[in-house]
Amino acid sequence: MKKIIKYVIIDILRNKIVVAYTIFLLLLSFSIFNLEDNNAKGLLSLLNIVLIIVPLVSILFAAIYVYNSAEFLELLVSQPLKRKTIWLSIFAGLAFSLALAFFIGVGIPVMLYEFSATGITMLIVGLFLTVIFVAIALLATVQTRDKAKGIGVTILLWLYFSLLFDGLVLFLLFQFADYPMEKIMIGISAFNPIDLSRILVLLKMDVSALMGYTGAVFNDFFGKTYGMIIAVFVLALWIALPAWISARKFNRKDL
Amino acid sequence: MIIANNINKQFGKLKALDNVSVTCNKGECIALIGPNGSGKTTFIKCILGMVVCNSGFITVNGKNILHEWQYRADIGYMPQIGRYPDNMTIGQVLDMMKDIRNKKNTAIDEDLIKKFELDKLLDKRMRTLSGGTRQKVSAALAFLFNPAVLILDEPTAGLDPVAAEILKDKIIAEKANGKLILITSHILSELDDLVTQVIYMQEGKLIFHKSIGDLRADTGQEKLSKAIASVMLKTGNEKNN
Repeated sequence: MKKIIKYVIIDILRNKIVVAYTIFLLLLSFSIFNLEDNNAKGLLSLLNIVLIIVPLVSILFAAIYVYNSAEFLELLVSQPLKRKTIWLSIFAGLAFSLALAFFIGVGIPVMLYEFSATGITMLIVGLFLTVIFVAIALLATVQTRDKAKGIGVTILLWLYFSLLFDGLVLFLLFQFADYPMEKIMIGISAFNPIDLSRILVLLKMDVSALMGYTGAVFNDFFGKTYGMIIAVFVLALWIALPAWISARKFNRKDL
Repeated sequence: MIIANNINKQFGKLKALDNVSVTCNKGECIALIGPNGSGKTTFIKCILGMVVCNSGFITVNGKNILHEWQYRADIGYMPQIGRYPDNMTIGQVLDMMKDIRNKKNTAIDEDLIKKFELDKLLDKRMRTLSGGTRQKVSAALAFLFNPAVLILDEPTAGLDPVAAEILKDKIIAEKANGKLILITSHILSELDDLVTQVIYMQEGKLIFHKSIGDLRADTGQEKLSKAIASVMLKTGNEKNN
């Protein structure tokens, strides 16, 4: 397994896109921290951009990489290797290289300018999001054979998680405005890793006071240790479930 | 060595393999022959586990291959169209395969690499290679680990005459070493001095599996190409009637 991960990482690093992604994140983070006079405010701006860009790049790059390495997969499958090993190695290689890019691109600036509990939370959440969206991309690519269709599906998934889901939640909130929805919102947030990540970071910031009664309920839940543990567990589940299902599907796939 | 039992495989509505049963033994050199789309490559991919059959089972060395993977260490496979990661050089691909399949006890057979003069092209990227050179790499990889079973899908398609002769000599040498060799090819004339048995497939069905002597006796033709042509005509006529 280690050997295949090694070759996948070598292959990805030879691909200039990950390097460009790292440099882009570095430039973005440094310029935001330099534009804002207050580092905490800078972190908030950075969070909003990270929550959009990291899932998009992770899901798209992972999907395109898997489609482009169809030959590589075929070559490996005809060798004495377990299919599960091959698939999980591809996953690990992709997740590691994109997480490394994020860690260098956002991690270094955050550590330099805003090395606080909030900054660390954002880093951890960003790393989680990277791996989660690689896993979701693998699930989408194993399902669809056609490259154009598969990439379209990944873009739709990203759109759903970053825009449509919020719209649906708002719609629900307005429809059931007469009922106490605050507790239910905690449950609903578990269905979207991006929202969950945003809540986790925002609650560490002062702006959580602006979120009204729902913010108070969130703070009551996620502010406690068990709430944090549950949140991290849910994020881990978002990695494990897609990765596991896709590995199972790949095991039976015809190449 | 390889036993396939009632293999069925369906791609959507298309029945790619229809109740195929084959037994292949050591030291045989078997030609898989049939028109385009008759299921030859699908059958080979079933043996390799790249395609999972709907029903039936395949055993290699007495072990069912379903969810198995170690058995592939005994198989060298040369695909019809060898596709490799574009960014890697020939040397890197060879090193990677050696690294992945590293078996200390078996000698590595670099005969074909030398004969095809691939050792002079080690720095070339796979994407820049011509189709023929790619085929040479596939062939070299198939023979590299001295496997007990060799599966060659259209081995000489795209090779120049010199390279094709080198490959044929290598196949004959390996046959003499007691290996099981499965070849598919449409160039029947070059199979004449290679194969000992013929499997003929049509529309996913196994029409016959005979030794080449029997086939010659049955059809009255000395050349394999003529013999197969007469079989094809015969089955065609039966269908029309």
